[in-house]
Amino acid sequence: MRFLFMTDIHANREALDATLAVCGALGADRMVILGDLVGYGPDPVYVVERVSRLIEDGAICVMGNHDEAAVTGSAGMTPNAKLAIEWTSRQLGPAHLELLQHLPVSVEEEDRIYVHASAHEPHKWHYMSSVDAAERCLAHTASRLVFCGHTHRPACFHALPGQAARSFLPIPEKPIPISAARRAVLVVGSVGQPRDGNSAACFAVYDDSERTVIYHRVPYSADITLRKIKDAGLPEWLGLRLLVGR
Amino acid sequence: MAEIKQGDVLDGFELIEKMASGGMGSLWRARHHGVSYPLVLKLPFLDAGRDVSTIVGYEVEEMIMKRLNGPHVPRFAGSGDLAKIPFIAMEFVEGKTLADAMTVLPLTAAKVAELAILIAAALSSLNGQLVSHLDLKPENIFLTSRGAVFIDFGLARHAELPDLLAEESDVPMGTPAYISPEQVLGDRSGPTSDIFSLGCILYEMATGEKPFGEPSGKAGMERRLYHPAKPPRMINAAVPRWLQEVILKCLEVDPARRYLSAGNLLADLKHPEQVHLTDRGNRDTAPSLATRLFNRFVRKPALVSRIRAGTASMPSGPSIILAAVDTSDGAGALADEVRMEVARLLFSRQDARLACLTVLKTKLIGEDELEDRAGHSVYINRLVELKHWAEPLALPEERVSFHVIESFDVSKAILNYAANNDVGHIVMGARGSSALRRHLGSVSAQVVAEALCSVSVVRVRRIEEEAAERLQPAQTSVSSST
Repeated sequence: MRFLFMTDIHANREALDATLAVCGALGADRMVILGDLVGYGPDPVYVVERVSRLIEDGAICVMGNHDEAAVTGSAGMTPNAKLAIEWTSRQLGPAHLELLQHLPVSVEEEDRIYVHASAHEPHKWHYMSSVDAAERCLAHTASRLVFCGHTHRPACFHALPGQAARSFLPIPEKPIPISAARRAVLVVGSVGQPRDGNSAACFAVYDDSERTVIYHRVPYSADITLRKIKDAGLPEWLGLRLLVGR
Repeated sequence: MAEIKQGDVLDGFELIEKMASGGMGSLWRARHHGVSYPLVLKLPFLDAGRDVSTIVGYEVEEMIMKRLNGPHVPRFAGSGDLAKIPFIAMEFVEGKTLADAMTVLPLTAAKVAELAILIAAALSSLNGQLVSHLDLKPENIFLTSRGAVFIDFGLARHAELPDLLAEESDVPMGTPAYISPEQVLGDRSGPTSDIFSLGCILYEMATGEKPFGEPSGKAGMERRLYHPAKPPRMINAAVPRWLQEVILKCLEVDPARRYLSAGNLLADLKHPEQVHLTDRGNRDTAPSLATRLFNRFVRKPALVSRIRAGTASMPSGPSIILAAVDTSDGAGALADEVRMEVARLLFSRQDARLACLTVLKTKLIGEDELEDRAGHSVYINRLVELKHWAEPLALPEERVSFHVIESFDVSKAILNYAANNDVGHIVMGARGSSALRRHLGSVSAQVVAEALCSVSVVRVRRIEEEAAERLQPAQTSVSSST
């Protein structure tokens, strides 16, 4: 089976549509969305409704910290994120908030766990940005493979059971082998706000018979998103960063 | 895991006979109804208590063999799931190992060169697939009817895949007699580690001695960082200077001073007369105590920090560029344009070598005029013209070579040279003249169609326009009459 992972869409309609167009052509068996449908971007209603339809069609979706904040408030966020999430909450109707509120924090399936940030205290939204964080994550789940997002930077951490973990920077479009003996944390890069210096949307495909993960990149018209961000009165930096992928 | 025995069938692979096996796993001759070539199955020992490196070695070999192609590696036939019964099924390579060819040493220089060409060609193919073997030694190299074939990829590294062995242990991984200095320091990313190992093998073939002995501990292996090998000619005076130059260049401690690609090494091996001799080839004494002390306390720390800083990476662009130059009719503008294109390519990769080729067109049958009226050899004239053509590039001797080839088929001669010398990019001119195009213009078309590498065909707008004009008059008269 082939599993397709998207994460951190962040209300970016252009990035989501471009990604879904490519995903459609790949014909994966199962789609998993790893949270943060909203926040930062100018199209929260569109994205929530689009994801809602994907869920109806069988996709799995877990909750991200911005999804939670849209419902419960923005305590602890950076000023830009806070401004954006307050704006987002005003755009969303009760049905949208209802959907976000009821997203599960994590989902386990066979030897895999899907979570927004880390399997270690999922609700604390720890960033998976070091080998140590990956080891803590693996220590807190029995699943062999962890798929997550939250950092907006693609990364792969892998380890033999009981051994130290190592990191590998995925190369776009090159399959990464993950042998059956190995555990791994696969951090999927962001669809709607990549921060690894590559402005193209990122998604990943795991093939459980080949035992490989491929990170794909999809270019999209970020200048349209930037204009919408300005028009909505959101901080301009939230749009400018899309152009450079930072 | 249950005991594996003769007659067992794993995923369709039937075990026929157990072969002598190593410490990491067992080897079986095998067959599969869908596979026409002879097979060997490698089953790692994964029972409890085994070193974790056995699993990692298996993972590495499986993921890399799966991705390798070509005549210089055993064909990959399949593998078992690590979650069930892990195995790697691959082609059983027929032939002798290089170790078998090295029972009586030293070998003659001609024999060393012959074997070295086979191995360098195989290494070029491997490195071209972004893989470093990292455990080259005579036992891991088979000499077969299709050239050298490398086996045992348990320590290998693929530049685009996770390195499962990086930082695996403090003990350097590899075979002490052949391991490169950067591997001794734990750096597996150097693209020329294999060239150093090949240098150790060539040294051994040419002298009968291993350049750094067979040290056991890490300190002993580190010695090669500051204590250079004795010049081969001190051990065996029959080693020609060019071969010593080649061997010692492979054995440079600083990766930046080594051959930067197997293709460049191959070019030297194939053209000994064009090997640029330096102090390396002429050296006839062991390094003095002062040099050794300097190396140990000044050069080594600098090298170590450079290697640790990870400055090494796979160079991009072709390592050998072939310029097919037609100097026969003083084709000035076109030859100039070809040279400019070559200069642009050479600029993008500072270690790339240029092979300048001109084809001396001979008739199929009969006597050819190999001397001009003044009695000068046509061959020599061409060589002089070729060197003159390359002069403005101001390339150091070791970056350029010159070849005048006699052939009645110009494109075949260019194609053969490119295929046999690991050329990564051909640059040649196309002629606009309609009269000539019938004879020569088709040369570039055929090269473009059949070359295994990139080809740049250079045109000069003015020449093209003039040629077009020569074709025009007839057509113009037709159109003006209507």
